[in-house]
Amino acid sequence: MEMGYYPGCTLKTNAKVFEDSLLKAFEKIGIKLKELNKWYCCGTVYSLATDNLMYRLAAIRNLIRAKEDGHEKLVAPCSICYNTLKQANLMAKSDEEAMSKINAFMDEEPDYDGSVSVIHPLEVIEAKLQEIKAAVKKPLGKKYAAYYGCLLLRPKEIAIDEHENPSIMERLIEALGGSVVNFPLKNECCGSYNVASNKEAVIDANYRIITNARRNGADAIVTSCPLCHFNLKEMQKEVKKVHPEFAGLPVYYFSELMVEAFGIEMEG
Amino acid sequence: MARKSKKGEKQEMEMVRIYIMGKEYKVPAGLTIMKAMEYAGYRYIRGAGCRAGFCGACATVYRKEGDYKLHADLACQTTVEDGMWLVQLPFTPANKAIYDMDKIEADDKTLVNFYPEIARCVSCNTCTKACPQELDVMDYIQASLRGDIAKAAELSFDCIQCGLCAMRCPAEIAHYHVAQLARRLYGKYIAPKARHLEERVKEIEEGKFDEEMKKMMKMSVTQLRKLYNARDIEPEED
Repeated sequence: MEMGYYPGCTLKTNAKVFEDSLLKAFEKIGIKLKELNKWYCCGTVYSLATDNLMYRLAAIRNLIRAKEDGHEKLVAPCSICYNTLKQANLMAKSDEEAMSKINAFMDEEPDYDGSVSVIHPLEVIEAKLQEIKAAVKKPLGKKYAAYYGCLLLRPKEIAIDEHENPSIMERLIEALGGSVVNFPLKNECCGSYNVASNKEAVIDANYRIITNARRNGADAIVTSCPLCHFNLKEMQKEVKKVHPEFAGLPVYYFSELMVEAFGIEMEG
Repeated sequence: MARKSKKGEKQEMEMVRIYIMGKEYKVPAGLTIMKAMEYAGYRYIRGAGCRAGFCGACATVYRKEGDYKLHADLACQTTVEDGMWLVQLPFTPANKAIYDMDKIEADDKTLVNFYPEIARCVSCNTCTKACPQELDVMDYIQASLRGDIAKAAELSFDCIQCGLCAMRCPAEIAHYHVAQLARRLYGKYIAPKARHLEERVKEIEEGKFDEEMKKMMKMSVTQLRKLYNARDIEPEED
């Protein structure tokens, strides 16, 4: 099966390991993610200013590219891209006035009608758990805390799962032969963009989230968002400076666990 | 049906109305904007270079009657139309980053570090619409933003640096400077090296051709011409 694939800038740079492992893992379960012929930055954050449509152009233009390439479904792995594209698509379906302005402004493009379905890889996985189980060669065997962050769940209209208590990632981990721990902070904010201007907020969040996962017996954290991944993984060294007793945890993308369990060798 | 031209009848030159900076002129149809402006009495001191569509000095914007679009083109390449309102934009103020090509590295953050304003791109595509070379300007800015230097270099290869993209951009990006840095980085650090060139440079440095050069320096123009005409032309290799 082939699906449209929107990588986003981060999967091409800082989160290259996410892209590489995701493409390999999906190939193994029979899904080819076909990168859009042309794509642009998603717009980074869905603008909450409802009257500033300029910030919706990028997202809508990407959806037009997906439609042009003949995709009914567009897979967006980065949580920020997923959130931005999905919310923009929702607007395309429901806000006629905004869309008439956007369509008129982008007069070099065909009008967009909201007909592309934006999905996250975890939603694809949910329907493929049997195939995933069958493909496991090296069952994981460790205990994992599944961390969702905010952007896959909020606002609830675009949530990939039950927005207060999601479980897709847990079901994936179990299918891969790992076990999951109870993890009440699974949908807490990681501190997000505060990492650029207010590191203390991210240090606090990291300390609370990882300590909670450890106390619940986790050997590692599993996530799907490149920004959460950065804040939870790379910021651990900063946390240690503030909390000398802090013991960290390894942080993985869910796709890294998939390739590991499938026994796929990754280059580099 | 072919129209017969009667002998002796005076051929009327077809004229069109154009508006240069708001003032109406009648100029012969078929002239380029550049020639039409000269016909109307303007004299180019700057803002005209090669007159052949390569130098990018004669950026022009115009509107046509009954069309809301602001068109952008090169004055030396575009023919006047009746009812054209136009003005020259011979120069675009745009800050250029200072860098030493020998000291910088080509990685996925180089372009955005030197030109952080590319992160302000909202994908409005106005730059692409303004480009007289019909380049995918927005696409090369987007490629630059995600660190794809090779793609940015490839997509911007035919840029003539006229500056119209930068003049129209709501995010105030200086696209053509970003593209130039991308092409420089590509050429220096990414494109495969031409090994025969390195060998030849080494031969030159080692003085292999010094004798011949000295000999030629003493030749007369006639001798040089004869030598040139009799030169060996190597067959193209596959």
